[in-house]
Amino acid sequence: MTLNAAPPLGVYIHWPYCARICPYCDFNVVRARGRTDEETALVRAITADLTAQAAMIGPRTLVSIFFGGGTPSLMAPEAVASLIATARRLWPTDGPVEIALEANPTDAEAGRFAGFRDAGVERLSLGVQAFDNEHLCFLGRAHDGTETLRAAETAAATFPRLSLDLIYALPGQTEAAWTQTLRRAAGLGAEHISPYQLTIESGTPFDRAVRRGRFAPADEELGARLYETTQAALEDLGFDAYEVSNHARGEAAQARHNLVYWRGEDYVGVGPGAHGRLTCPDGTRLASEAEARIPAYMDRVGATGTGATFTEQSALDQAEERLLMGLRTGEGLALDEVSALPLKSLDDLIESGHLVRNGNRFAATAAGRLVLDNVTRRLILS
Amino acid sequence: MATSTPLDRIRNFAVIAHIDHGKSTLSDRMIQTTGALTAREMKEQVLDNMDIERERGITIKAQTVRLEYPADDGHTYILNLIDTPGHVDFAYEVSRSLSACEGSLLVVDASQGVEAQTLANVYQAIEHNHEIVPVLNKVDLPAADVDRVKAQIEDVIGLDASDAILTSAKTGLGIHEVLEAIVTRLPPPKGDADAPLKALLVDAWYDAYLGVIVLVRIIDGHMRPGQRVKLMNAGAVYGIDKLGVFRPKAVDVASLGPGEIGFFTAQIKDVSDAAVGDTITDERKPTAAALPGFREVQPVVFCGLFPVDAAQFEDLRAAVSRLRLNDASFTYEMETSAALGFGFRCGFLGLLHLEIIQERLSREFNLDLIATAPSVVYKIKLAHGGDVIELHNPADMPDPMKIESISEPWIKATIFTPDDYLGAVIKLCQDRRGQQRELSYVGNRAMVVYDLPLNEVVFDFYDRLKSVSKGYASFDYALEAYRVGDLVKMSVLVNAEPVDALSMLVHRDRAEARGRGIVEKMKELIPPHMFQIPVQAAIGGRIVARETVRALRKDVTAKCYGGDATRKKKLLEKQKEGKKRMRQFGKVEIPQEAFIAALKMDAD
Repeated sequence: MTLNAAPPLGVYIHWPYCARICPYCDFNVVRARGRTDEETALVRAITADLTAQAAMIGPRTLVSIFFGGGTPSLMAPEAVASLIATARRLWPTDGPVEIALEANPTDAEAGRFAGFRDAGVERLSLGVQAFDNEHLCFLGRAHDGTETLRAAETAAATFPRLSLDLIYALPGQTEAAWTQTLRRAAGLGAEHISPYQLTIESGTPFDRAVRRGRFAPADEELGARLYETTQAALEDLGFDAYEVSNHARGEAAQARHNLVYWRGEDYVGVGPGAHGRLTCPDGTRLASEAEARIPAYMDRVGATGTGATFTEQSALDQAEERLLMGLRTGEGLALDEVSALPLKSLDDLIESGHLVRNGNRFAATAAGRLVLDNVTRRLILS
Repeated sequence: MATSTPLDRIRNFAVIAHIDHGKSTLSDRMIQTTGALTAREMKEQVLDNMDIERERGITIKAQTVRLEYPADDGHTYILNLIDTPGHVDFAYEVSRSLSACEGSLLVVDASQGVEAQTLANVYQAIEHNHEIVPVLNKVDLPAADVDRVKAQIEDVIGLDASDAILTSAKTGLGIHEVLEAIVTRLPPPKGDADAPLKALLVDAWYDAYLGVIVLVRIIDGHMRPGQRVKLMNAGAVYGIDKLGVFRPKAVDVASLGPGEIGFFTAQIKDVSDAAVGDTITDERKPTAAALPGFREVQPVVFCGLFPVDAAQFEDLRAAVSRLRLNDASFTYEMETSAALGFGFRCGFLGLLHLEIIQERLSREFNLDLIATAPSVVYKIKLAHGGDVIELHNPADMPDPMKIESISEPWIKATIFTPDDYLGAVIKLCQDRRGQQRELSYVGNRAMVVYDLPLNEVVFDFYDRLKSVSKGYASFDYALEAYRVGDLVKMSVLVNAEPVDALSMLVHRDRAEARGRGIVEKMKELIPPHMFQIPVQAAIGGRIVARETVRALRKDVTAKCYGGDATRKKKLLEKQKEGKKRMRQFGKVEIPQEAFIAALKMDAD
């Protein structure tokens, strides 16, 4: 089939509303105020944006649709269904399309899970973060431990694939307690777990709290030990660390949409502040960035058809990005994908045990992943 | 032949003052009072031309201004004011400026009192047989204490201060009295109008439009445009193109006679061809003997200057050669450092001179520089009756086996401090191998005189002195003599490789403390790498201090999805910029701040 021979494409849809803003989050989010008229208009704008960007690129094999945010589980299931239908109409395919949605484990949202499943969502990425009430409270989450477990059970029963997000290196958290959390998550029927070390992003309430001495983030040594604990515990539980912060039980459980990013494949980004990467029929690769503020995004769609602005990426830009993303994965990348880079320190890094090379492909070792930002910096800068 | 101005209507004078005691403001007020400039033309501190001079309130190049003053006796006098450089680094220029005058105004801040620098310059003026008129400035300030400061002038300097003039350059109080005192109390110059031309080269500088401008004081005879003149020490002959005086704007004159101060231009290519202190005479009718006291100025402090961004090397080369055009006392030669790449080894008259040049390079030429540790000139006597060689760069030190002895320059340092800080000042001097020569009190201020090795002073002595005295101590020094010392070369090794830019000569007794300080600082400044990095200080093969930069444990972004790619790319671009400020040393990257900070330690 000619259609399936076309290059793969992921679709990212950003839903910026949240019921409350978490104190560690620096994403493009706004408080949901129940303005259904604005939300309806935004769905219309996103639909128009998708259509406009589809026209810019040639035929593609749609492999994933991802609803991220913000909190896309606050969307009306009908809106989700409508956007899925639009994407499928623009890039029709008989092949597998992973349709995923991020959700918070509150009772209110769990009540809509069945609706999302009916709309076509098959993979739910649940923002559990922690099970302990004290930790959930510290993280400013709207759900307690019991509610979290209830939502996870509902999700496991509703969706073919369930992924759980967790946050570690919380104040006072020991390696033993964290191991317990991971075991608990694995016991909930999730086949995919994404554990993230708590990162203090500048400009967030946590950033201010740390600067005022309200709490101290884990030091580098503790962060490293918790990371190593994570790797060991999840491996014991049968999860494969296929990316720095992503673990899956078997290849089929890997997040297809996220692999689009890490493999340097194309993705259309729609919704306020969404980013995209598109290869045009003439071979140029564009980076897209949508207007971040909701009214500005809708205005731009109204005026130009798309909410994004596009910048051409140089061969060097592409290679650097390919390296940054590709080295995060277990599969690594091919040397010829980054031929624009001199990679002078490649041999040194292989010798020091941070990288491993297998024919034309190379990847970070476990030791290399722990200091991956430094590894890529050295590869690119020296 | 008549002189341009009768000798008894000329007064030549210098102004001696400590920084901030109001020298420039007082000079400005005299210029304004005599109408040399209109109010519109007056810029604050007219005489300090360079931005740096104006900002720091210091004079780097000698400036001069010719004032016409109708005195109370009904005659109009020509007053030539020479604004001398007020800093020890320029002591030789000061002595030449003073020898162009017959008298000085000693300006002392009526609240601050006499400072170390004032003392050194006023002694120079006394050596030049100057008539000195004490002026107490800023008497309008509430803190002014005229009686105390008068007593200080008498006790410390030994000058009669009973007829000191009270002024406020700010309000204009006492300016008329100062001008009258110049006329009535300072002697007129002497000179023979009919003798062959003899003139003192007071200063020279480069002007973008006129080329080299030479400032002269005529002793005997006349100088005229078109005249062929000879610079006696340089042995060069030039034809005078343009002759003039500064009022303070340049005004052409047809001739300059005995006692007068003015300038000429003469197709001189480089200021180094017009050495301060040279004697100028008529080529065809030369004077019998040159003026005494000429000497070539030698740099005493050296340091390496390297561009932060190696691509700026050619810009640095252009900049140093431009500065050299106007400052013959600044020297440079190309230097290559394994750590810092291509740069220049530069010689300076002293620390202030070094600082000024560095600042001008960064400000006027927009250069980002790394300066290595300042070093003095060591004299090395080679073993087995070998030669004495001068060492400007510790990296060039010969094998210790081939050295019989090393001598280092010592200075005589004079420090004035409120007695509250005397203990700390003495401790600082002792720690720096100082030997006390004198300690005396004037009221609640103490004056200490120490012999100190210059290499202990170039390190961070100024900063430390300021900090231990909360900024109240003042300091001045004069080079004394070379003394043999137990000096050793200390190297700093990062990851077992010597970093040439950090090697230095230190006294054996001080080596360990200095070494420990440097490795501790380097440990803080070198970011963790993927391996442990030993930082060591060594004398020969012996390690005297060691620290370890810990290995990087975890450095990986937790989340990296679609939008994060763009963020990471932006971060990478920033890191690329930052990388330019890093120096690769073997497998270790050292930020350039480390080179600067390692040499500026905040405590001993």
